[in-house]
Amino acid sequence: MIGARLEDPDDFDAWRDMARASVARGIPPEEIAWSEGEDSADLFSLAEHTAPRSSGLPEASSVPVRASRAFLSLATSVFMHSDPSRLDLLYRTLWRLQKHPRLIEDTTDADVANLRRLAQHVRRDIHKMRAFVRFRRVDDDTGDERYIAWFEPEHRIELANASFFIERFTNQHWSILTPRLSLHWDGTELVRGPAATRAQAPAADAAEDLWRGYYRSIFNPARLKTKAMIKEMPRRYWHNLPEARDIADLIAGAQKRETSMIAQGTELLAEEPPVDLGALAEGIARCRRCQIGCNGTAAVPGEGSPGARLMIVGEQPGDNEEMAGRPFVGPAGEVLNAHLAAAGIDRQDAYVTNAVKHFKFTARGKQRLHQNPTAREIDTCRWWLDKERALVHPRIVLALGASAVRGLTGRTPSIGRERGRLLSLPDGVPFLLTAHPSYLLRLDGAAREREEANFASDLAALASHLRDPATRDAHSA
Amino acid sequence: MQKTSILGRLEILADAAKYDASCASSGSVERNSRNGRGVGSTSGGMGICHAYAPDGRCISLLKLLLTNHCIFDCHYCVNRKSSNVERARFTPEEVVDLTLSFYRRNYIEGLFLSSGIVRSPDHTMEQIVRVARTLREVHDFRGYIHLKTIPEADPEIVAEAGIWADRVSINVELPTAASLARLAPDKNAPRIEGAMGGLHSRIVDARDARRKYRSAPRFAPAGQSTQMIVGADGTSDTQIIDKASRLYGRFGLRRVYYSAFSPIPDASAVLPLQRPPLMREHRLYQSDWLTRFYGFAPHEVSEAADANGMLPLDIDPKLAWALKFRDRFPIDLNRAPREAMLRVPGLGVKAVDALLGARRHRSIRLDDLARVTNSLRKLRPFVVTSDWRPVAMLDLADLRARLAPKPRQMELFG
Repeated sequence: MIGARLEDPDDFDAWRDMARASVARGIPPEEIAWSEGEDSADLFSLAEHTAPRSSGLPEASSVPVRASRAFLSLATSVFMHSDPSRLDLLYRTLWRLQKHPRLIEDTTDADVANLRRLAQHVRRDIHKMRAFVRFRRVDDDTGDERYIAWFEPEHRIELANASFFIERFTNQHWSILTPRLSLHWDGTELVRGPAATRAQAPAADAAEDLWRGYYRSIFNPARLKTKAMIKEMPRRYWHNLPEARDIADLIAGAQKRETSMIAQGTELLAEEPPVDLGALAEGIARCRRCQIGCNGTAAVPGEGSPGARLMIVGEQPGDNEEMAGRPFVGPAGEVLNAHLAAAGIDRQDAYVTNAVKHFKFTARGKQRLHQNPTAREIDTCRWWLDKERALVHPRIVLALGASAVRGLTGRTPSIGRERGRLLSLPDGVPFLLTAHPSYLLRLDGAAREREEANFASDLAALASHLRDPATRDAHSA
Repeated sequence: MQKTSILGRLEILADAAKYDASCASSGSVERNSRNGRGVGSTSGGMGICHAYAPDGRCISLLKLLLTNHCIFDCHYCVNRKSSNVERARFTPEEVVDLTLSFYRRNYIEGLFLSSGIVRSPDHTMEQIVRVARTLREVHDFRGYIHLKTIPEADPEIVAEAGIWADRVSINVELPTAASLARLAPDKNAPRIEGAMGGLHSRIVDARDARRKYRSAPRFAPAGQSTQMIVGADGTSDTQIIDKASRLYGRFGLRRVYYSAFSPIPDASAVLPLQRPPLMREHRLYQSDWLTRFYGFAPHEVSEAADANGMLPLDIDPKLAWALKFRDRFPIDLNRAPREAMLRVPGLGVKAVDALLGARRHRSIRLDDLARVTNSLRKLRPFVVTSDWRPVAMLDLADLRARLAPKPRQMELFG
C-alpha cells in the first residue's frame, strides 16, 4: 500500500499532478491510500512520491495519462467536496478512464453516478453561498465603508466562489469570513487570510431591520408551503440569515391571518344586525374590526337568559374566560359571584357579558397578561354590546368598571364620583356603576376591606332597585 | 394615518406587490462590474434566490410598488381605488437607495418595480422609468431590473423602460376579455395586447440590430413576461392553456406566470372569498412546462383535461395524458427517440438525457432507471427495458387509481 498525502486540500493542480504520476507508474487504485492535511501518518510523502525512482516505486511508463474533459470538469467540482473518500473515488475513475475513455458518459455506472452526485452537492453549495452570504456594513477608522460577512459552507468552495463576489462587488471593499479561511477584497486585489470566527464579523447592521420588514411583508400568508421553503433554504443556513428569525412567527400567524381576511370579507357582505343571541355569538366570533379581534383568541359571548331583567357588563374576558368561552369564570368571577349571593341576587337570573368580546393580552413567557382595551377598541365593540342589549332588553344594567361604562355610553366615567347611584343610558335604561371585581383582587389589607365594603354596598343598592317596582316598570314605559 | 418611516412604507408597498408571482432574475445577458463604477452582475442563465419565504416562493428581487395609490378600480386588486388599505408612496430616489442598500449586502439580485396608477398612466410610467434610469446612469448599477409597464401609457415612455430594464412585463390579468371587462373595468384587452405587441417588436428589432452592429443598444434582453390570475373568474384550464399558448406565440413571451387568486384583505364583493386550490396553479405550471420543454402541443395538453376543461388535481397532466392515450405506450427506453421518451410520465428532461448517454454503453435495465429517477412505480407501466415489459398493465381499468397518489388528509390550510 502506498500513501499519497495532499498538503493543501484546495490545491487541485497538485492532486492532478500526483494522480497523473501515480497512474503513469501503474499504481492501481487499491494500492494507493489518499489522505490530506498535515496530521496523517503516511508511508510516503508527496515529495517522495513524485520524486523519480524513489523508494522502490514502479517507474513511470511512457504512455500518456488520459483524462476526458468531462472528467476534469466533474473532478474540479468533486475535489471541493468535504467527503475524504472523494480522492479515492477520483483516482479510481481516472484509473478506469485509461481503459474506458468515455466512461463519464455512462451515467448509470456506480462510480460515475457517485461523482455526479458529489459534484451536484458542491455546485449546490456554491450556489447557496452566492445566495445566502449576508454582508454587514461597518465604517472603519478612515471613514471607508467595508462589507463583512460570516458564512459556513459545507464544502471547500470559498476560493471557487471568490470571482463571483469580485465581479459583483468590484467597487466595494468586502470580506467573507469562514471557519476555514477568510477572503478580503480591497477593490483591486483578493487576499486569502486565516480561518475566522463568527465573533470577528459585525454583530448587526441597521439595514437588516428593513430587510426583515421586507421579508415579512412579501410573504403571502394565504399560501403556506413550509416544506418547499426548507427544501431550498435548509435550516442549517438559518442562523446566519437575519430574515430567518421571523420564520416561526410568520408560519404561526399565517392561518390566523387568512381566516381573518376571509372574515373581513364576510363582514362586508353581512352588515345586518344579528337576529338572535346565537347569530350575535357567531358574528362576534368572526369579528375582526379591531386589533383584539385579530389576535387569534376565541371570542367570549355573553351568557344568560334572553329575557333577563339584569344585565351585568364587565370589561373583557380574561385568560380563564377565553379558555372556557364563558364570561366571569376566573378569580374576578368568583368575587362577583360571592358578592351577588351576599346581596341576594341570583346570577342565574342575570345576563352577564363584557364591553369587549375578545381577550387582549401581552405574552410573558407562557403567561398571557391582561391588557386594558383602548377607548377606540371599546367603541368599536360597542356595536355588538348595543345589539346585545337590544336583544336581551334588560330593565337595569350593572356596569363593572370604567370600560363597561365606556362601552355602554361612549364616555369614560369617574368611578369614585358616579358609583352606587342610579344613572341613565342614552336610551333611558337605568344603570348603576361600581368597580370591577378584579380591582378588589389587586388590593390587600385595609384598602381591600374598604373596597369590598363599597362593592357590597353598591350591590345592595342594585338589589334594592331590582326589588323596586318603579325600576321594574321604568323601562317598559 | 400616513406612515412616514421608510420601514413602514416598505412594509405597505412590499405587501401590495406580493400578488405579482414573478421573481425571476434569470435569462438576461451576462454583466459584471469589473470595468464599472458601481455594483452588480447578472449571470445570464440562472438567477439566484437569496431567500425563501414560508409560502415557498423565491425572493430574488426587491419587489415593490412605487405607490399603492391607484385611480383604477380592478376588483381582484388589493390596491383598487375603492379598497381601504393603507396607502403609501416612495419617491424614485428612495427606491434607488433601498435597492442599492439591499444589493450591497447581497440580499437581492435586483429590483422588480411596479406601481399603482397615480395622476395619469404617463406620469406613473415616467416615475417607474426614472428609478431604472437613475440606477443605471447615476449609480452604474449592473444588477437585474424588471419593470412592470403600464399599457395605458404613451408607447414612447413604455419603450424607455426596455432600454434600462432586463425584463419588462405587462399583466394580461384575466384569460378572457369578458372577465377583464367585468373585473377590471378600467382596463381593456386590445390595449394590453397592443402594448405587448409594441414591446415585442422592439425586442425583436433590437436583437436583429445587435446581430449586425455589436454596439447597438440592448432592449429588455431578458424579454417580456405576463401574469394571469387563476380562480377569480370561471375560466377553465383549457381556456387558460389556450390563451397562454397564443400569448407565447404572438408576443414571444419568456414566461406566462399564473397566480392563484388569493383572498385579499378588504376584498370586493364580486369575488369568491375562498382561494382556488393551490394545486390548480401547480398543474397549470406543469402544463406550461409540457409545452415549453417536453414537446407537447397546447391542444395535446388540453386533451388531458376533463369534460369541463379542467386538469385533474390528483395526478399531473403528463400522467393524465398518458392514461388517456395508452396506445402510444409502452416506450422502449433502449430504442425510442428522445421526443417519445419525454412523453413518459415520471421521466424528466435530465433523466431522459442521462438515459440517452447511458444507452450508448449498455442496455438500460430497471436498475439503471432507478438511478436516474425517483418515480419508478409511476413509470413501469409505460416503459420497456431489457429486463422489463409491462405485459397487460396498460389494459388495466384501474391503472389510474393504482398510479394516483394515495388520498391523504386534507391539506391543513387547503
